[in-house]
Amino acid sequence: MMKTDFLLAGVGGQGVLTASDIVAEVGMAMGLDAKKSEIHGFSQRGGVVESHVRWGERVAAPMGEKGRIDYLLAFELMESARWIEFLKPGGVVIVNRQKILPMSATVGDAVYPTEETIESALRAVTDKIVYVDGLEIAKGLGNKNLANTVLLGALARELDVDPELWLDVIVKRVPQKYVEQNKQAFWKGRMGE
Amino acid sequence: MKKLLSGNEAIALGARLAGVKYASAYPGTPSTEILENLATATEMRAEWAPNEKVALDSVAGASYGGARALASMKHVGLNVASESLFYLAYTGVNAGLVIISADDPGAWSSQNEQDNRHYARFAKVPCLEPADSQECLDFIALAFDLSEQFDTPVIVRTTTRVNHSKSVVNVPESNGHEPRPLKPFVRNTAKYAMIPANARRRHPEVEQRTKQLAEWAETASVNRIEWGDKKFGVVTSSAAYQYAREVFDGYSFLKLGMSYPLPEKLIRNFAAQVEKVVVVEELDPFFEHEIRAMGIPVVGKEFFPVTNEFTLAVVRDGARKLGVKVGDAVQNPSGAAAVPARPPALCPGCPHRSTFYALRKLRLRVAGDIGCYAMGALPPFNVIDTLGCMGASFGVAQGVTAVGANTDKERWVAVIGDSTFFHAGLPALANIVYNKGASTLMILDNDTTAMTGQQDNPSTGVTLQGEKTQKIDIEAVVRGMGVQDIFVVNAFDEHEVEKTLKKALAIKDRPTVIISRGPCVFLDQYPQKFVYEVSSAKCNGCSICFKVGCPAIFKGELDTTTKQPKAVIDPLLCIGCDVCAQVCPHDAIGKISN
Repeated sequence: MMKTDFLLAGVGGQGVLTASDIVAEVGMAMGLDAKKSEIHGFSQRGGVVESHVRWGERVAAPMGEKGRIDYLLAFELMESARWIEFLKPGGVVIVNRQKILPMSATVGDAVYPTEETIESALRAVTDKIVYVDGLEIAKGLGNKNLANTVLLGALARELDVDPELWLDVIVKRVPQKYVEQNKQAFWKGRMGE
Repeated sequence: MKKLLSGNEAIALGARLAGVKYASAYPGTPSTEILENLATATEMRAEWAPNEKVALDSVAGASYGGARALASMKHVGLNVASESLFYLAYTGVNAGLVIISADDPGAWSSQNEQDNRHYARFAKVPCLEPADSQECLDFIALAFDLSEQFDTPVIVRTTTRVNHSKSVVNVPESNGHEPRPLKPFVRNTAKYAMIPANARRRHPEVEQRTKQLAEWAETASVNRIEWGDKKFGVVTSSAAYQYAREVFDGYSFLKLGMSYPLPEKLIRNFAAQVEKVVVVEELDPFFEHEIRAMGIPVVGKEFFPVTNEFTLAVVRDGARKLGVKVGDAVQNPSGAAAVPARPPALCPGCPHRSTFYALRKLRLRVAGDIGCYAMGALPPFNVIDTLGCMGASFGVAQGVTAVGANTDKERWVAVIGDSTFFHAGLPALANIVYNKGASTLMILDNDTTAMTGQQDNPSTGVTLQGEKTQKIDIEAVVRGMGVQDIFVVNAFDEHEVEKTLKKALAIKDRPTVIISRGPCVFLDQYPQKFVYEVSSAKCNGCSICFKVGCPAIFKGELDTTTKQPKAVIDPLLCIGCDVCAQVCPHDAIGKISN
C-alpha cells in the first residue's frame, strides 16, 4: 500500500485518541510501519484534539503536513473546517454531524458557523465529503460512546482493508461487554447507513 | 513481538529491562507517563517526589546504594534539579543513574521553550537523544551501561513529539528484568563527598571522562552515517531527524544519537565528503555552534528556526530555501478562519471556579502559579497578573509587598495548588514568615496534581504505587511554619470564599493563608451532586452566571424585556457544583426538578 496519512480531529472527550490508536494499529496489523502523534496537555480541557496517523513501508515523521493528508476524520462538524487545509486537494473528509459548541460561542460573542459555511470551506479543497450521523447512530445502538466506532467504520469504507482486520483491532481495545455493540457500530459506519 | 508504544511507554519498558530498582519523578508534561507506566512494576520502587530536585537526590542515593535508578522530569524540572545534576557530575555513580529530560518545543504545556542539551555540556555529562519509541527502548539500556562504564549520570533528552508519539517497537518476548543484586557501597569520600578539596580533585577527572566519552562516541553505533547523495550532508538528531529524513530524501545523513560530547573525527570525516553540511536541529543551534567551533563551515539556523516545534512543513521550507527539490507547498484555502476557537476552560464542577470568580469580582492583583488554575489568566476570569514557574506566586507576593506595591488600592493575592505548594511553595512561605511579610496567600487544595492527570502528592495520602501513606496536613504545615491567621473554606461556596478573602485582606501586618478546599472533579471522592437547570421564568439574561466560565452554561433565547440571552444549562455537562446558582442574583438556577 502507498503511504497513507490520516488526521483525526475533534474535541477533548470524544475518543479521538483511542480512535487514532486503532487506526495506527490497523496499519501495523497490515504489516506496515505506522506512527501516531498528538498533543496532550491543555487540549484535554474541552479544547481541540488533533491526532495524526501515518501508514507506509517506512514512516519517518510522526505527523503529516498541510495539504498532504489523505483522510481527514472530523469527529465534530466545525472541526472539519478548522482542519480542512491539511487535506490534500481531492482527499477524503469524513464528517460527523455532531455539533459541540465552544465556550467562545456558548457564552462569548463567537458564532458557530452555518452548515453551508462549513460545507463550502470543505468544497474549496475536495468534493469527497462523507457525512456521518455518528452520534445518532450510536444512540440508536443504545450507547452514545459508540460514535467513534461508527466513524471508524465510515473510514474503513473508504479504504481497501479487510474489515475483519479492523474488527480484530477494535475488539482488543474494548471491554468484553461492549464487543458486540462495537461490532454493530463499526458495520453501521462501514455500510454507510 | 511488535507493539505500538509511545516514547514514554518504551522508556518505562526499557528501564525495567535494564533492571532499574528505583525511579522517582515529579509529574510534568510530557514526561508524566514514564513513572505512571512503572507504577505497577512489582520488582522495583517508583515514587512521586515533591519536586524534581528531591527526585534526583533520591535517585542519587539509590545509585550510591547500589541500584540502577531513574529520574524523569520535564525540561523545566531539570532547572529545579540542576544543582543535584552538577554535584552528580562530580561524584559519579555507583550503580547506573539515568535522567530523562523531556523537552517541550512549541511550549505545548510549558512556560517556555528550553533546549536541555545545554545542561549536558554545562554539567559535563553525556546526553543521548532517541528519535522514536524503538530508540527510547534501546537508548535506556545503553544509557545505564554508559553510566556504569564511565562513572557518570547520563541524560536522555526527549521532546514532546518523541515522548507522546507512538511507533512500532520490537518488544523482547521475555520481560527479562532479572533482579540485579545491590552493588555494595564502598566508602570513598574523595569521590562521594564534595567538600572543596575533593571537588577540586574530581574536576580534572570529569574533564578526562568527557574526553573518553567523546572518543567512545566516534565509533558508537548510535551515531551513524547514512550515505546518499553527497550534495547535502544533514547533521541531525531526535524528532528533527524524522522530518529531515523525509524532506532531504536521498541525501547523506549523520544521525547523532549522542548529542554530547560530539564525535569530532566522525563529523570531520562526514563533512569532508559532502558538499554542504546542513544542521537540522530543533530549538537552539547546539550542534551548529559546536561544529562551527571545530572550524567546519555549516548552515543551520538561517534556514531552520530557533523558535517553535518543527513540522514537516517547517523543515521543507528551510530545505526549499537551500535549493533542495521538495515540491511546492500546498496552499489550500483555509477553513479555519470561519471557525471559532476552543479555548481551554476549567471543567464543569471544578473547585477553582469560585476562587477565580471571587478574585475577579474583588478586582485583585493575582500572582499565579503552575497548574490547572493557570486558566485564571484566560477569559472570562482574566485575573492572573503574573505567572512564572512552580512556586513563584509566593515569592512574587513577598517582593511586591516588601517594596510597598501591595497597597489598599492595588491588593495582591498569591494562589498556588496543593501539589505546587509542596513542590516549591514551602520555602517561599518560610521566607514570607521569616522576613515579616504580610501577603495574602491562597492554597487551592483539590487533593491531587490535576493538570498532569490526577497524580497523588504528599497531601493525598496515597503513593504512586497505590499504598496508603501518611497524609501531610496542609493546615498543620502552614501553622507549624508560623502563620497565625489560617482560614479553611469550602471551595464550592463562592460567598464563603469571597467573605474569607475580604477578612484575610483586612489583615495587613502579617501573612494570612486561605486554604480553599474541594476535590478535583475527576476524583472518586468528588461529592455526589445533582444536575441543575435555569428557570426561564426567573432568568432575565443578566449574564452574571456566564462569568463563572462554565462549559455547561449556554446562551439561550432572548429575554423579551432585557433583549439579552437567558442562560441554559446542558444537563449532560452539569455536575451540580452549585457555583452558578450561588452567583445568580435572580434565584433562577436550582436542582433539576424531575
